[in-house]
Formats: sequence, structure tokens, C-alpha cells
Amino acid sequence: MMAWRSIVTGTLAFILLAAAAPALPTWLVSLATVAFANALVVLGLVVLWRAGLVPFGQALFYAIGAYAVALIGRYTGMRDALVLTAAGAVLSCLAAFLVGFLLARYREIFFSMLSLAMSMILYGVLVKTETLGSTDGFSVEPATYFGYAPQGKAQLLVLFWLVLAFCAVAALLISLYLRSVAGSLAVPVRDSEIRLEFLGVSVNRLIHLNLVISGALAGVGGALAALSIEHVDPNMAYWTTSGGFVFVTIFAGAGSVAAAFVGSFVFELLKSIAYDILPGTWQIFLGTVLLLTILFLPDGIGSLSGRLRRLAQRKSTSATP
Amino acid sequence: MNALLVARNVEKTFGSVVAARNINVVVPALQTIGIIGANGAGKTTFVNMITGHLRPSRGTILFADRDITGRPSREITRLGIARSFQVPQIFSSLTVLENMCAATAIAHASDGLLSQALTPLHSLRTMAESEAALELFRIAAYRYSPAATLPQGVRKLLDIAMAVAAAPRVLLLDEPTSGISVEEKFGLMDVVMAALKDRRVTVLFVEHDMDIVERYADRVLAFYDGAVIADGPPVKTLEDPRIQELISGPKLKARAPDASDA
Repeated sequence: MMAWRSIVTGTLAFILLAAAAPALPTWLVSLATVAFANALVVLGLVVLWRAGLVPFGQALFYAIGAYAVALIGRYTGMRDALVLTAAGAVLSCLAAFLVGFLLARYREIFFSMLSLAMSMILYGVLVKTETLGSTDGFSVEPATYFGYAPQGKAQLLVLFWLVLAFCAVAALLISLYLRSVAGSLAVPVRDSEIRLEFLGVSVNRLIHLNLVISGALAGVGGALAALSIEHVDPNMAYWTTSGGFVFVTIFAGAGSVAAAFVGSFVFELLKSIAYDILPGTWQIFLGTVLLLTILFLPDGIGSLSGRLRRLAQRKSTSATP
Repeated sequence: MNALLVARNVEKTFGSVVAARNINVVVPALQTIGIIGANGAGKTTFVNMITGHLRPSRGTILFADRDITGRPSREITRLGIARSFQVPQIFSSLTVLENMCAATAIAHASDGLLSQALTPLHSLRTMAESEAALELFRIAAYRYSPAATLPQGVRKLLDIAMAVAAAPRVLLLDEPTSGISVEEKFGLMDVVMAALKDRRVTVLFVEHDMDIVERYADRVLAFYDGAVIADGPPVKTLEDPRIQELISGPKLKARAPDASDA
């Protein structure tokens, strides 16, 4: 079946990446680590996007995940990557569950703006609170893995593998979720909430569930990013960070799970190229990329594979009448 | 005869406007009831109160001896009362078959969101039932058409087919033939009524076309100014001069000789 084929393809892709990592240059591995950590946030955005919801404040959960890692590390001395990331996931999940009671009642621009407001409240708190690091934030100790503390390049590689593992699990779970009854109702939410209610579905609860899922993904992404950058600061909760995730989601497209990962990676690559060749005006380059994406690939680069497949199908059906 | 649905002293007021006043209706199982009345007479308010879209200001609604007054619509749906809409509520970005599958899958999944998150959308059973429903409502030919491109009659049928997916015991149809051309109306109602008879559904339908009411209803409820002013068999009720004056207007058949005289 289609589902099994994409699961096998996805697993192979992750294994291939993990195997290739030691041969790749260091800069590319650290770029890919951040890109895939961010891809988890984008994947969460995709879940909401399908229901027509665009959160302009997803950095709220991203920052909670990151700060959970930094604060727990700082105040308890815990350095285990798995434990810290799990803590980030649980806390962001909880935060999403709580703000969800309010957010799930809103749609469209009201949802976006309320989500933005929530994240800016956290930003304000982080900036003003000395014990939370204030504007400077603070650094994160290098992570350990079940007591193993890798050094040098190994440190980079092990973290990359951990990120890949999280991504693989998230990709699998989210593809299963999108194929479930609840997951596939996202598009119907956009079309007719009334029909859904009269089929026996609570749309608000459905959106609440999607929020919790996307919040947890953003929290894991933030926790992994904190471990990778080894630093957290209030900018992680700032609206431009949220805007960046929305940018990548538009660029990647909300059509498939794979698109979130490919899109996030290509985006980080383009950003780093832009930094190199246009140090002062790299935003112009990225802006142009976004403009071209919207003009020529309105469903994002994820829609490329679908377009190619449809082209191939048309050819094969016309060949065998 | 067993009463399946009972409205007892039901009232609905919006501020000083009375949309439904002292409505008492007993619906036995497997009856087909036509609801008539001018615009604003309270027909849709009545439908909305039974399906939980509006909460009655006073009175009780019983379904299978259970008080469902003011319950949320999704709960009432799960209990076995479904409805279709005057403006079909279908998922326009999906195909007809996907629409039907969504409705069928929701009906199969239990009420809990978590179980819905763990149940796959496409199962053999969902597909088979959805295909059967599309056949029953004679819209299987459109199965791969995007719902946004459907003609009005097909949209209406899909809307009703989706409402029936959960195997309801009572179905309320809000103006099933509105927006349908006169030539198509009877064909559509034939399909709908045959399908509903097949599924053994008790039907209440709001309708403006008196010929449709006379042909398909076992009983007529006439609404005027929020109240039920007549409740009886169609021919007798529609010939009542008071009903003709307030709601249906004199019958065309009766007017025809005058027209030829003139």
C-alpha cells in the first residue's frame, strides 16, 4: 500500500542521512541539525495549517522547549539529552494544552494574532526576569547521552543522530495521525464546521488536539535547537522567530510530512548561502525566494513531487489507453 | 404506536420576538412528516431546536424517552437524530467519495477524539459503506468529482447521504428541494425518500412546494407565527381554507378554471 511505501522510503532516507553524516563537512552537519530541529516546528505548523490556522506565535512553544533544557540543565545539573528533550516536550505540550482552551475558540486572523500575543507575553517575561537570563539568555552545557559525553566532532554527530531519530519518529507518528479520522478532518474544518458538528465532531476539541500536537513538536524542536546552539535567549520567543517558521511552512508547503524536512533543510541552506554572498542584505535574497515560491509553487516545494508524479501518470495513462 | 420524538410545550424567544410558541408534536417511528409555513413562521427554528442548534427557551424535547432538550448538536447526532441543510454543508475541497468516507468514518469512530486520532480514515468497511451510500442516493457517477463543482441537485443528495451515514433513526431535511428546478424536484425526492425508506428512517422535512408535501408526507405540520396551526393528513390539511389563506395559497388546480374564464 501507499502508506507502507512512504514509510519505507522515509526510513531509508533517515538511515542514509545518518550513515552519510560522518563523511559530511562539520558546517553542513550543524546546519542540518538546526534545520531538522526546526523542521519539527514546521511539521507542527503543517498540522494546524491544514485546518486553515496560521499561528504567528509558535515561538512560544519553541522557546518553552529551549528554556526547559537550559533551565533544568542550569538548576539541576541534568545534562542528558533525552531527558532534557523529553522535559521540553512535556512542558510545551502542557503549555499548548492550557492556552488551547482559549486559542481553539478562534479562527483565521484572530487565532493568528492571539497566538502572537501569547508568545510576546512570554518574550516580555523572559526579557524582564533576571533569573531567566534576561535579554542575554544563558548558555547550555554540552549534552550527554546515557552518561556518554562525546567530544569534538563526535559531539556534533551524536546530536545530529538524536535529532534524526526524533524526526523519524515524529514523521511516522504525524503521517499516521494525518491518515486517522481526526487527522484527516483538518481540511473539512476549513470547508464546513457546521457539517462536522452535525456529524458528531467537536471542532473546537479537534483544533485543541491539533494545537497540543503542534505545541509538543515545537517544544521538541526548541529543546533540540537549544542543545545544538548551546545557548538560549528571549529572541527564541520573539515574533520574528514565529514568522520564520511561517515563512518556512509557506516555502515547504503543507502538503506532506516529507516537505517539512526537505523545505526546512533547503531553507537553512539558502539562508547560509545568502549570508555568505550578501552579508548585509541577505533578507532581500530570502524575500525573493519566498516571492518566487508563492508565484510559481503556491503549494510549496513539497508540491513538486506531486506535480512530477501527476505528469508521469498522465504519460503512462496516455501510453496505455 | 410508539412515540420516537416528542416536543412538549416548546417555546423559543429572541428578546421580544417569539420564534416558537407552545409547540406540541408527537412523532411516531417511521412516519414522514412535511413541515410547511411561510418564511419566518418558525419551521427552521423548530428543526434547530430538535437538532440542538438552538436551545429552547421553555419546554422539553424527548427522543426515545430520553430528554435531549438543549444538548449540543454533536451529542444529539450521536444519539440518532441527523439533519441536512437548506444550503448543503459539504466539504467542497474534497471529492464526493472523500466526503462520504469522512462522514462514514466519523460515524464508525467512537465519540472520543483520541479514538478518532487512532482510527485510520480509510478502511475496507468505510469504503464499502461509502460506495453503497453513493449508489443508494444515485450519485456514484460523481464519486471522483470535486464537491465544489457539483450541480445543486447532487450537492443536496450528498448532503443528505452524509447525514444518513451515521444510520440515524430520525432525519430532518431543511428544504430538500430549494434551489432545484421544478422538473428535477420529484426525481430528487423519489431518490431521497426511497433511500430513507430503505434505511428505515423517520423523516421530518421542511418544504414550500405543496405538491411535494402532498406526494411524500404521511402527515403535515403547518406553522404560522411560531405556532403549529394544523397537524393532520396532507390532503385534508392542505385543503383547509385557513391553511390555504395563510400558507399555501389557493391550489393551482382550483385556480385554473378561473384563468381560462378570464
